[in-house]
Amino acid sequence: MDYLTIIQILDSTVRLATPLLLTCLAGLFSERAGVVDIGLEGKLLAAAFLAGAAASVTGSIWIGLLAGVAGSLAFSMIHGLASITFKGDQLISGVALNFLAAGLTVVVGQSWFKLGGRTPSLPTDARFGEWNLPFSDALANVPFIGPLYHELISGHTALTYMALLAVPLSWWVLYRTRFGLRLRAVGENPSAVDTAGVSVVRLRFAALVIAGVLCGMAGTYLASLAAGFVKDMSAGRGYIALAALIFAKWRPWYALSATMLFGLLEAIGNRYQSITMGDFTIPVQFMQALPYILTVIILAGFVGKAIPPRAGGTPYVKER
Amino acid sequence: MNKMPKWADAVLIPLISILLAFLLSGLVIMAIGKDPVMAIKTMVQGAFGNSNNIGYTLYYTTNFIFTGLSVAVAYHARLFNIGSEGQAALGGLGVALVCLYVPWPHWAIALPAAMIGGAVFGAAWAFIPAYLQAKRGSHIVITTIMFNFIGSALIGYILLNYLKVPGSMSTESARFGAGAHLPTFHEMLAPFGIEFNKNAPVNVSFLIALLAAVGFYFLIWRTRLGYEIRAYGQSETAAKYAGINPVRIVVIAMLISGALSGLMAINNVMGEAERLIDNAVEGAGFIGIAVALMGRNHPIGIVLAALLFGFLYQGGGELSFWESIPRELVVVIQALVIMFTGALDNMVRAPLEKLFIALNKKKEA
Repeated sequence: MDYLTIIQILDSTVRLATPLLLTCLAGLFSERAGVVDIGLEGKLLAAAFLAGAAASVTGSIWIGLLAGVAGSLAFSMIHGLASITFKGDQLISGVALNFLAAGLTVVVGQSWFKLGGRTPSLPTDARFGEWNLPFSDALANVPFIGPLYHELISGHTALTYMALLAVPLSWWVLYRTRFGLRLRAVGENPSAVDTAGVSVVRLRFAALVIAGVLCGMAGTYLASLAAGFVKDMSAGRGYIALAALIFAKWRPWYALSATMLFGLLEAIGNRYQSITMGDFTIPVQFMQALPYILTVIILAGFVGKAIPPRAGGTPYVKER
Repeated sequence: MNKMPKWADAVLIPLISILLAFLLSGLVIMAIGKDPVMAIKTMVQGAFGNSNNIGYTLYYTTNFIFTGLSVAVAYHARLFNIGSEGQAALGGLGVALVCLYVPWPHWAIALPAAMIGGAVFGAAWAFIPAYLQAKRGSHIVITTIMFNFIGSALIGYILLNYLKVPGSMSTESARFGAGAHLPTFHEMLAPFGIEFNKNAPVNVSFLIALLAAVGFYFLIWRTRLGYEIRAYGQSETAAKYAGINPVRIVVIAMLISGALSGLMAINNVMGEAERLIDNAVEGAGFIGIAVALMGRNHPIGIVLAALLFGFLYQGGGELSFWESIPRELVVVIQALVIMFTGALDNMVRAPLEKLFIALNKKKEA
């Protein structure tokens, strides 16, 4: 494997990890506030559909982004209504939202575009363009650094850079602001937060709003990357992001490395149908299943223990 | 302190929830410019119009009874098993292996063996998540989701590399032998002079599913184990205090749950396809969640809910054929049923409780 191949694999790693990273951070905010979010997959799908639809009608992916975020936010709010306001089961609500997105996108898509649930293909100018960072063309021919800068660091879409920036931003918000402290507290011990006179309901809804926006961005990215929406295009990415979240032990910087690892696995799986190591061949199905297997191993606690936020999954009932 | 009569809790609340779910589904149909009344007529016609349609409806119902019971057993132990999909897929592998590698002389011998194969494989796929939940505290919802994906990759690998017929284009196993052919309703009803459509896939598995529902009732409400499962589900600490071993209950409940999912394969793999195909479960495991929630984890409720979803599934197919409404509409209805009967329970319950309290006061006064 030569240097350029490695750069290319890493380049597609970043491409594939971007939606995972955004979705993973979405889950991070929501779960840190004590709202378990199985519905990431559904939000991703709903956002991808609305983004694809809006971009194909208006010809602008930025309007698509607005529509995608709006759709994802709507799903987030339904989740909040069910699991915060009506104190329903967060897991069941999330499962329901996933099915709702899987069904509605096709039913509505067929009614709007009559393409069997797809949206029309997006032309190049209705997709996110690649951002060339300064000097990337000038440096392209410099040995070693040239390809690294030109291929890997430069030439991604705006959303990729936003996703990467979202990592330190999330860290800062969660660990260096009052809002972040309260948000984390509400996921660990909501009654303490309530006693301090801060509204648990409002904090949890705020977390869901952030999650909705991030998922909306991720879904729009998917629609832009695939040049339109196709049925079930999220293809389990919401669940992989959930796995990455556990892998990352609910921390922003770990989320970056976990999603990059899962992106790398996908990139390698896409490039090589099977990997031969001496007499032993690793089948492609194993590569596809590896993120899930790794997550189970991590969950089992054999390699480091993943401890979720303590109040996660339980609705907060005020004492009377 | 009786807020609500028992019948309201068991019948009225689910009924209102389902009504709300269907009302919203009707709005969805109207929003895409179709006529909901027409849609219902088409679905009823498509699901019960003739014996072929009924045969398909009951075939789907059979699948959903198995997965619904599977989710419900786990739910009684307060375990949310989202892994029925994967467990049913692995059950399919078990059934296929039993049917492929033994030359069965008669279905009456092949069926029990296939049931064991499906149940053992399904239970085995539930065992690891169960063990990890019981021993290491790994959340069963996440691990069962992961196991669905791992299972689908595993089945894909085995089909492609071991079971696929060499030279064949499609990734499916060879056809099972004639001795593993389960009698369909057509063959079962013919001796009684009842004409049932030849092509309908409903088969003897339907009766097995009903038997499983009866067995479920006895297990949960009439045995010591069932009592322990329910006690654990009500309160883990109280169950522990009463000397119930939580590890044992979690593992056994999940094994039964996985076995019931795996049993579904006698219907779709052995009864219908008569070979193992990729993605044979087709989401039936997930529908089991809706069925269990809607049926309130009681076998009678589950059988009725499974019948409703069988109707939706078969009718939905006809809907896409005649009215050009995609069959994903059924997924929307499924989502709304899960949402209203599962997550938005309090939305219906709270006002009803108030109503009943007000009524009681009036009576006393």
